[in-house]
Amino acid sequence: MNAISDAFREGPALIPYITAGDPDAESTKEQVRALARGGADIIELGLPFSEPIADGPTIQNAIQRSLDAGMTPRKYLDLVADLDVDVPLVCMTYYNLIYQYGNEPVRAFVEAAADAGISGLIVPDLPVEESDDLRAACDEFGLDLIFIVAPTTKGERLDRVMEQVSGFVYVQARLGTTGAQADVSTQTHDSLGRLANYDVPKAVGFGVSEGHHAREIVAAGADGVVAGSVFVDLIASGEDVASNLEQKARELAEGARTGFTQRVPRPERT
Amino acid sequence: MSDSPAKFGDYGGQYVPEVLMPAIEELTDAYERYVLENEDGFMDDFRARLRDFGGRPTPLQHAEQLSERYDTEVYLKREDLVHGGAHKLNNALGQVLLAKYMGKARIVAETGAGQHGTATAMAAAHLGMDCEVYMGRRDITRQRPNVFRMRINGSKVNPVDVGRGTLKEAINETMRDWATNVEDTHYVIGSVVGPHPFPRMVRDFQSVISEEARAQIREKTGGLPDSVVACAGGGSNTMGAFHNFVPDEDVALYAVEAGGSSLDVDEEKGVAPNSASLSTGSVGVLHGARTRLLQSRDGQILESHSISSGLDYAGVGPELAYLVDTGRVTPVTVPDDAALEAFHRFSQEEGIIPALETAHAIAYLETADDLGESVIVNISGRGDKDLESVLEETAKRDLVNAPEMGVFE
Ligand SMILES: Cc1ncc(COP(=O)(O)O)c(C=O)c1O
Repeated sequence: MNAISDAFREGPALIPYITAGDPDAESTKEQVRALARGGADIIELGLPFSEPIADGPTIQNAIQRSLDAGMTPRKYLDLVADLDVDVPLVCMTYYNLIYQYGNEPVRAFVEAAADAGISGLIVPDLPVEESDDLRAACDEFGLDLIFIVAPTTKGERLDRVMEQVSGFVYVQARLGTTGAQADVSTQTHDSLGRLANYDVPKAVGFGVSEGHHAREIVAAGADGVVAGSVFVDLIASGEDVASNLEQKARELAEGARTGFTQRVPRPERT
Repeated sequence: MSDSPAKFGDYGGQYVPEVLMPAIEELTDAYERYVLENEDGFMDDFRARLRDFGGRPTPLQHAEQLSERYDTEVYLKREDLVHGGAHKLNNALGQVLLAKYMGKARIVAETGAGQHGTATAMAAAHLGMDCEVYMGRRDITRQRPNVFRMRINGSKVNPVDVGRGTLKEAINETMRDWATNVEDTHYVIGSVVGPHPFPRMVRDFQSVISEEARAQIREKTGGLPDSVVACAGGGSNTMGAFHNFVPDEDVALYAVEAGGSSLDVDEEKGVAPNSASLSTGSVGVLHGARTRLLQSRDGQILESHSISSGLDYAGVGPELAYLVDTGRVTPVTVPDDAALEAFHRFSQEEGIIPALETAHAIAYLETADDLGESVIVNISGRGDKDLESVLEETAKRDLVNAPEMGVFE
């Protein structure tokens, strides 16, 4: 269970997201290697579901390309098992695929994911209210279950979510769906403020696409940045994908490191 | 059975992104206070508006030709006479009013056949709220008159181009809008689907159908009907027509699903050429709820099909799935062709042009084994919206009772 928390130990973590099977399984392997070379500390590998309600157009299209090319949960886990990278892998998918896999709802998928080498799960349509079964299976097979905290998650609800978090907390930077944005939202700063006193690594995602975003987010107190649509766009363009991914990862990792040096130490609470 | 109010047995729940959960908690609280406890006289206000704006109560009409034809007393619950032409207003008016009581400024809704969209657009105009409706591109072309009506009532209509461009994609897109604008926006979901509290709340707003029908049939016949028949897409007219009869164990309840062109699934293509999720589906999680779905073995949601846009959906309300599992509700199917035939027969014999969705419920009388001595059929909507597709689909078939259209030549 420690691969993920270890990834936050030596400075801020860069966490790229790509959709597995976009445009095919072989390309995904090359993309993962390129991201690792560029300095990715954790990689989120999307397992495509036909109804991705938490995703914006960029990732919806990637999911469609992957499904059209024949990606399935079983092929996904084969792909993961074939990967030979040191970076911990997190599977991001929707609950119905986890529920349908194998003979035993939820548990069969988690067991197979653990066997394949997945370190954690992110399930954007599973709030803490419905997560007991998945939590139990993750505990059994040693996977982290990563929850999303939104700008709307506050007060007593925030406590309830944070009690369930393991690995890191995914801080959703803004309302809405995934997708690259031009700026860092003020909601990011507010969310990090609310989370300051929870002792769990905080990674900010939804909209991160430039080195200076990563810098600003880490300077504001985040322990990591998640970036997806910007990488998916590079994959969709189809040109020099590996070197572009590596370069973009480098830019974001560098931004995050710079941000770390600019952190204002938080005053001790009295 | 779980006794959580969010569930029906193991069905239901709240499978939505965290960003929406606070809004759903707020809505649950508002539902409990305003709808269940009539705080600030909400329910009185709602009932008065349903009467004066919506035209309720609707009649329960004895259908003479049908009764003779099927040798049972057939009663029609005339939801086609609700303002706007379908039962959909019962729910839309309730939710838009609730959003107003909650202080929301903006309404979003999905629509398939366009009946829920038009009902929401009417309710939003009536109550002075901004409204945007998401509708699949394919449904926009199948249901043009309803698109005009939404625009004329002042709502924005946003075409959804993803996937096959039907109800499922429209729901996805409306959820995304809601997740983006959740602070000032209420999502008026159009059926008894989605996360808790929607399935319960929509059922409560629609249950006026069976509340009236139960009293009306007792007045007319001195007793209860032997059966109630309603078509089921998401299942809102169904649950509305069934709800007050559920405790009456002797009243048989039939949910008529769209059998489409075939009940077989093409896993290769990811297509189920029907919308029969109760009859042929399996348990899964879609659009906020655990329910019965048309899905592949891996859990990818299949494209559904029905000649009627309003039934063309891969899921169904969780309470209906539960009532089917417990044996209280019997799911049955009617294929496209039979629905179209019933559409024409009913129009000619009873003088009522039904919605294509409703035509499925009517068609079931033709194949039903034994509905008993009296049956209520829920006439969920009128068919004006469907005329273009009916003519087009009729021309493709050799139907005995189709009218001749040579008059245009
Ligand atoms: C007239 C009519 N009947 C039935 C339906 C199916 O919806 P539900 O199953 O929620 O009643 C629709 C949906 O648009 C409709 O317009």
